[in-house]
Amino acid sequence: MNKIIVFGLLMIPFGLFINNSPRNVEKQNIKIFTPVQNSKLPGEKIFKKYCVSCHQVDGGGVPRLNPPLIGTSYVLGDKKPLIEILLNGMKNITIEDKTYTNPMPSFKTLKDQEIADVLTYVRKSFGNDASAITSADVKSVRAKMK
Amino acid sequence: MKKKIIYPMALLIATAFAIFSFTNNSSYTKTDSLPKGDVDNAGLTLPQGFSALIVADNTGEARHLAVTKESDIYVKLGSAKDGKGILYLQDENKDGKMDKQTGFGNYDGTGIYLKDGYLYASSNTDVYRYKLNDKDAVADQNNFENIVTGLIDRGQHNSKSMVLDNDGNLYVNIGAYSNSCQENDRTPGSMGLKGCPILDSAGGIWQFKADKQNQTYGDGVHYATGLRNVVGLDWNYQDNALFVMQHGRDQLHDLFPKYYDTKTSAILPAECMYEIHKGDNAGWPYIYYDQLQKKQISMPEYGGNGKKTADQKYLDPTMAFPGHLAPNGLLFYTGDQFPAKYKNGAFIAFHGSWNRSPEPQAGYYVAFVPFKDGKPSGKWEIFADGFAGKKTLSPGTAIHRPCGLAQGPDGSLYVSDDSKGTIYRIMYQKK
Repeated sequence: MNKIIVFGLLMIPFGLFINNSPRNVEKQNIKIFTPVQNSKLPGEKIFKKYCVSCHQVDGGGVPRLNPPLIGTSYVLGDKKPLIEILLNGMKNITIEDKTYTNPMPSFKTLKDQEIADVLTYVRKSFGNDASAITSADVKSVRAKMK
Repeated sequence: MKKKIIYPMALLIATAFAIFSFTNNSSYTKTDSLPKGDVDNAGLTLPQGFSALIVADNTGEARHLAVTKESDIYVKLGSAKDGKGILYLQDENKDGKMDKQTGFGNYDGTGIYLKDGYLYASSNTDVYRYKLNDKDAVADQNNFENIVTGLIDRGQHNSKSMVLDNDGNLYVNIGAYSNSCQENDRTPGSMGLKGCPILDSAGGIWQFKADKQNQTYGDGVHYATGLRNVVGLDWNYQDNALFVMQHGRDQLHDLFPKYYDTKTSAILPAECMYEIHKGDNAGWPYIYYDQLQKKQISMPEYGGNGKKTADQKYLDPTMAFPGHLAPNGLLFYTGDQFPAKYKNGAFIAFHGSWNRSPEPQAGYYVAFVPFKDGKPSGKWEIFADGFAGKKTLSPGTAIHRPCGLAQGPDGSLYVSDDSKGTIYRIMYQKK
């Protein structure tokens, strides 16, 4: 028990480093700080370039405007609809009775690997812990859309 | 015999008192009759001599609000709660805290305004009005008039904020359902649509008659155009003119990184206050106002590069504020409670930014601009701060976000918060 607490305390500075949000530091439990989570995922760079301004550094989104990426089945559920959101964009989505009105543009110009990387990052960050998405997954969804 | 004298005497005193109360508003503003502020001023930082009291909490998405002559409060909820989109808060024991909450009006929306014995409230497509009784309570909640109907709502910028003048007119914001009228909204590099078609039914202010039912676009006056989205607006009686706070466009760096770095994009374009007269055009989506260069600059979607000025001249702002602060409330203060410098000045509720990343978010405060004869007479300043709590990295972590402003009959300033639903009352008490 004590070991877990000490481990958790040791990991807090890393949490602050990765994600400078007080709320998330409080929210994140020890499970989040697994070795896999601490190694920098390649999708982080893409997230910071294309996603962070709307979805925010903590993945919390913006009330009424941009949906959160935390704990929602849109992010954590089936891979296919999530890949489709990135390829097609989306508009006026309602999550738990809250509607988000800013449209998300299509990111179909990104490479399969880039989409796989950023979705993997999103599915494994901000307290999320869902499986990785591969470039083969993206390729197959993209092929069916054409 | 005695009775015969007492009755007329009592009547005389009552009448005199009534006339005195009616003609002399300052009888309300005795600061000793104000309730005490909360110990920590409700977590707010205020100028010396001011105090704040939370009068209601957890009301929901409290967008705009209106305070009656009885100091009761109507709150318009962004999302109706339990079938109630308008809350009516009353203070039955008169201790300053609202102790009774009822509601009606099963629709989401932002606008709410009291005028000439009616309560006006807006959904995201319509404006309704309810007759008030002599206590400013809604006489019959199920009996209302549908003043305006069928305004465009495509999600984005759908707040139908509104205000009335003294001549029986209603002014309604119809926000543009777009960031910058790109062919593909919010898509990097996408160019602007030629002759932006959104402007025919949105991106402006429409004027309607305050007392005529079922008006829509054809019945109204297209009062002003080129306004991307206006949430805060108020009528200035000194100037007899409409003033609006425009939400400037988002994401200059995200969409046109070759012209804007992240630091520039975090402060541009200005959030603008405009004095609006019939026929004005504020220039969206063709230009934005750059508060550093003090110029109207062409939007990158329409051939701009961050420096190029527009060929056509559009309306200049009355005052320019840093970008992205999201002005959601505007109120010209006409009360006598606050010190003289505040009289006729403008309070602005800045909801707080979201697209300044990676720079820290900003705003989340109520600002003040002094006015004289209907024009700004000095620099703007932060009036009430601390709504968001500790340093705000993302809007979702802000505890409170100021949204609506209203003035009470005694000159207190009320602020609504659409994050936690807190209603604040800010007062001035000379020590």
